[in-house]
Amino acid sequence: MINNQANLNPKLFLEDIEQVPTRNGYGEGLVLAGEEDKNVVALCADLTESTRTQAFAEKFPERFFEVGVAEQNLVTVASGLAAAGKIPFTTSYSTFSPGRNWEQIRTTICYNNQPVKIIGSHAGISVGPDGATHQALEDLALMRALPNMVVISPADAIEAKKATQAIARNGKPTYLRLSRDKVPVITTEQNPFEIGKAEVFYEGKDVTIIACGQMVYRALLAAKELEEHKISVRVINCHTIKPLDKKTILKAAEETGAIVTVEEHQVTGGLGGAISELVSQNYPVPIKIIGIQDRFGESGEPNELLEKFGLTVENIKKAVIEVLRKKT
Amino acid sequence: MLSAPEIKKLEETANNIREDIIKMLVEAGSGHSAGPLGMEDIFTALYFQILNIDPKNPNMPDRDRLVLSNGHICPVLYATMAHRGFFPISELNSLRKLGSRLQGHPHREALLGLETTSGPLGSGLSQACGMALAGRLDNAKWRVYALLSDGEHDEGNTWEAIMFAGKYKLHNLTALVDRNNIQIDGFTEDVMPLDDLKKKYEAFNWHVLEIDGHNIQAIIDAFGEAETIFERPTVIIAHTIPGKGVDFMEGHFEWHGSPPGTIQPVGAPAKGQQAKIALAELRTLGGKIKSEHE
Repeated sequence: MINNQANLNPKLFLEDIEQVPTRNGYGEGLVLAGEEDKNVVALCADLTESTRTQAFAEKFPERFFEVGVAEQNLVTVASGLAAAGKIPFTTSYSTFSPGRNWEQIRTTICYNNQPVKIIGSHAGISVGPDGATHQALEDLALMRALPNMVVISPADAIEAKKATQAIARNGKPTYLRLSRDKVPVITTEQNPFEIGKAEVFYEGKDVTIIACGQMVYRALLAAKELEEHKISVRVINCHTIKPLDKKTILKAAEETGAIVTVEEHQVTGGLGGAISELVSQNYPVPIKIIGIQDRFGESGEPNELLEKFGLTVENIKKAVIEVLRKKT
Repeated sequence: MLSAPEIKKLEETANNIREDIIKMLVEAGSGHSAGPLGMEDIFTALYFQILNIDPKNPNMPDRDRLVLSNGHICPVLYATMAHRGFFPISELNSLRKLGSRLQGHPHREALLGLETTSGPLGSGLSQACGMALAGRLDNAKWRVYALLSDGEHDEGNTWEAIMFAGKYKLHNLTALVDRNNIQIDGFTEDVMPLDDLKKKYEAFNWHVLEIDGHNIQAIIDAFGEAETIFERPTVIIAHTIPGKGVDFMEGHFEWHGSPPGTIQPVGAPAKGQQAKIALAELRTLGGKIKSEHE
């Protein structure tokens, strides 16, 4: 059942639940962060409107820098700004940043330890018609492997807004993953958000689904349907992929004995990888990773693609049954 | 203008530091030789004359920022910083050793006084641009100095930064290109032609100066002129001789990435003699003066 302390959207399981892209939440959060701290600056690589950096650029024109289509320069200029006391937010699409400029992020931001924020919009297969070139499915793996980097994939627009404000204050290199398409708003302003703290959204004892990004919504739908079949499912919103909330995840392994992970990312190196690394070494239980199976996406409508690539409520339910069978 | 004795003193300082560069490289057994020797006059001018810095207070908020983009020439940075008082000269022997503050390529968090971590080429000028932007936002008086190699102009990131600095008219930024014409695989104009570098920078709205990178007075004058240029960044294309001061190294790209005693190019002294000969030449300025050690 729903964890009431999570203060989720009362319309969570209704047809008319509000739908907003997480990039919109980022845009709002960035303006709030800019109001809170005058050292917040923003840079964009020719995608100011679609990454929702526009509102900040209009409100604080002197603190906004248009870099042009140059993602390597985007993050290295940001590194210099951070070195001189600024809190730079850099925005592009995930395939370009952190895709194209990984080494610059590694050396001048992570190793150099400057608190630059890498905002990767248009992550996941749900980018849709633009096709595989623009559907980042490897970004979590790229960023998670870097020392000093914090990695966050918010579940909805409200969480994206809170995450944006939180990372402006965290003083660390940080990657924030955003989606292009509208996704259901499952949280509320009252829902707590803390970097590195996974939230139990649904209480259960037989099995745990750990999800991030818009897959949290589908995990909740699966849990509700399974509950009707007397399977008690815990759902954890693991918005922070690094650092992982070890306590909450290992507690779930121990108490429920089986885990399914769900992400809009390759099954290699993302959320499922992170959970497997933690659980296998500390409290091994059966795990099933749902994600993109080592292949590229393609053009199509977001829901068609999520269906074709298996990121569905049905598949989550099947995976739950599978891990339950393996439970000793 | 500095007086003739003052210039001479800086030249002597540069040569003394060159000796330490050779010694630290020999001790380390690996590292880059040609670039550091070629850039010592410029580093001496910067650290002993141009930069507003305080070795006792390396994080001084209004300090000038020096960004070394081509981190592989860090022996010249470390040796000059040590002579300027940032840390003991004896520590130069720890270059590239386990636990050393003097990493094989500079790491900001390892040593106070470093502004960036660098090594992978092409990203220093962008970082300098970011610092210059931040300084301007804060109405700060400090300036940013970016030191680049010519070879790293092969990198797209370098040109992205050149465009950016021109667009934002970063007149509190002075870049200096070490135009020594060599890179690892050979001469720059064979590997990937860069000329006419002056015209290229001018086309991106930079103020361009070209100097002899071994003429201390010319180096100081150029940095001074850069401060007077408004609404445009300045680049100083400094023509330097790789391996400057050591006859068998000067102009030979083979010494780009190797210390004395590790390679045997045609015409060079025997490996075992290279370090000794290099030091003797530096002490006597190629036989032009009598060494104080003799």
